[in-house]
Amino acid sequence: MLEIGLSHYLTVAAVLFTLGIFGIFLNRKNVIIILMSIELMLLAVNINLVAFSAELGDLVGQIFAMFVLTVAAAEAAVGLAILVVFFRNRGTIAVEDINVMKG
Amino acid sequence: MANAQFPDLIPAIPELFLAGIAMALLMFGVFQKGGRDEQNVNVFRVISWMAVIGLVLALLLTTALSGGRLVAFGNIFVSDGYAVFCKVLVLTGSASTLIISKGYLERQGLARFEYPILVIFATLGMMMMISANDLISLYLGLEMQSLSLYVIAAFQRDDGRSTEAGLKYFVLGALASGMLLYGSSLVYGFAGTTNFDTLAKMFTDAGPDGPGTGIIFGIVFILAGLAFKVSAVPFHMWTPDVYEGAPTPVTAFFAVAPKIAALALFMRVMVGPFGDLLAQWQQIVVFISVASMILGAFAAINQRNIKRLMAYSSIGHVGFALVGLAVGNEAGVRAVLIYLTIYLFMNVGTFACILAMRRGGRMVEGIDDLAGFGKTHPMAALALTIFMFSMAGIPPLAGFFGKLYVFLAAIEAQLYGLAIIGVLTSVVGSFYYLRIIRIMYFDDVEDPLDKPVDRDIGIIVTVTALVMVLFFAYPAPVIANAAAAAASLFAG
Repeated sequence: MLEIGLSHYLTVAAVLFTLGIFGIFLNRKNVIIILMSIELMLLAVNINLVAFSAELGDLVGQIFAMFVLTVAAAEAAVGLAILVVFFRNRGTIAVEDINVMKG
Repeated sequence: MANAQFPDLIPAIPELFLAGIAMALLMFGVFQKGGRDEQNVNVFRVISWMAVIGLVLALLLTTALSGGRLVAFGNIFVSDGYAVFCKVLVLTGSASTLIISKGYLERQGLARFEYPILVIFATLGMMMMISANDLISLYLGLEMQSLSLYVIAAFQRDDGRSTEAGLKYFVLGALASGMLLYGSSLVYGFAGTTNFDTLAKMFTDAGPDGPGTGIIFGIVFILAGLAFKVSAVPFHMWTPDVYEGAPTPVTAFFAVAPKIAALALFMRVMVGPFGDLLAQWQQIVVFISVASMILGAFAAINQRNIKRLMAYSSIGHVGFALVGLAVGNEAGVRAVLIYLTIYLFMNVGTFACILAMRRGGRMVEGIDDLAGFGKTHPMAALALTIFMFSMAGIPPLAGFFGKLYVFLAAIEAQLYGLAIIGVLTSVVGSFYYLRIIRIMYFDDVEDPLDKPVDRDIGIIVTVTALVMVLFFAYPAPVIANAAAAAASLFAG
């Protein structure tokens, strides 16, 4: 039987984190998808933290993960609020329409 | 003692005080009778002044803590000479930008009492991150700052550009936080601790083998996240859009307080826990510093909007400041602290002048709108000339000394290439600063800007311009304090 060890968790977290980053940069459709990608990145970090915490036998990682969860919730609330005011002004949340300012 | 935990809180007194003030003002604002416009404006004025007073009191409390190194909350929060110095800069920046913002916000119909309170919360977050002594407190301080800043970037709710600025800042800021966190998780996992003191000790003991790949990976991610927050190239892309789109007082605030706080945090993280790994991160900091200086100098040349120009200018200034960090020794940190002090006064003054640009009661922000400013507003134009010369680094103004110390530190550390590129980009950059002066004095007046300038703005402009001019005569207090602050960072 294959033992699931630290490196497996780290690989899953790395894959999820990369997916999150690509979700932000490659997505051309909808800002909600960007918000989901951000959430995915933070959750990948949480997997990392909890896996390390279990491996090291040290609680700090799990405490850190709790803080990350809390902040992620606050961040999603602020992000959605900004998205709502943006939608009220423009009537769209397509990524390609966020282009009034260019330099 | 029965009450053994109590002394623990003393290092965090300024933060606790500021948090209390912010929540009290929030309650006060909520329970005021509002509704009609003039009532709202009155509540805004009262809360704005109380916020300024609160920030000044917090500044006094902070200076009362100067002296030794104090830690709190189980060694995750530190108050040393370095933290006190940077907090004084941040609090000065926040208070002075609040003072110059009031007139603009009232005229634009943005006089809502939440603004000063959000500024206080953002400042509180900055103070927490300056004092961070642990990856967890670093993250929480940074997020507290960022969440408040996302909201005030989108503060002009009915304006498409402001909300777009807020949205862009939010997405890229959250991405930066994610990278920083990922780096933190790797450092935690491979080092086994999140505490800066323990990390520093561990890397000192590691000897010539150096740390493992996991740690290096983590440091690179943390560096990328912090570079986002200070808007260094190649992570600068949000800066011009956010500076242009956000309401001008918000831009003034962004250019000063968060930038200083982020640079202070950058130095604390790089020099503190990772100071012994200088060889591993020096190349990266040299690269982002050179790239920021070059981009700041060249990209600003074609700008027509003064806020966008200031964004590129601030990217350039971050590049100059990072030269000092790339040196990585005490002289370098001291040079950055001097640079940041001068940068603070220079930018507050410049943005006070920008906030005074009105025509027919409406704000204008094109560089060409300044045509004839020298004839219609001789005093303000003189002040803006001083600021522009100072930004360009022309002696004997203060901006010259900021650059001088940074480049001297680089030369002493034998980073000649960095110093040479710095001087060259500084020459290129002076082109667009001088162009503003040319437009003010030599272009014809078509449509003069409104007079008079608000009294608050006048006072701030006068004070900051005097600091720029007189710095060379009496630089000792800034230099001595910066040296002491840098020494405390290395002693810790």
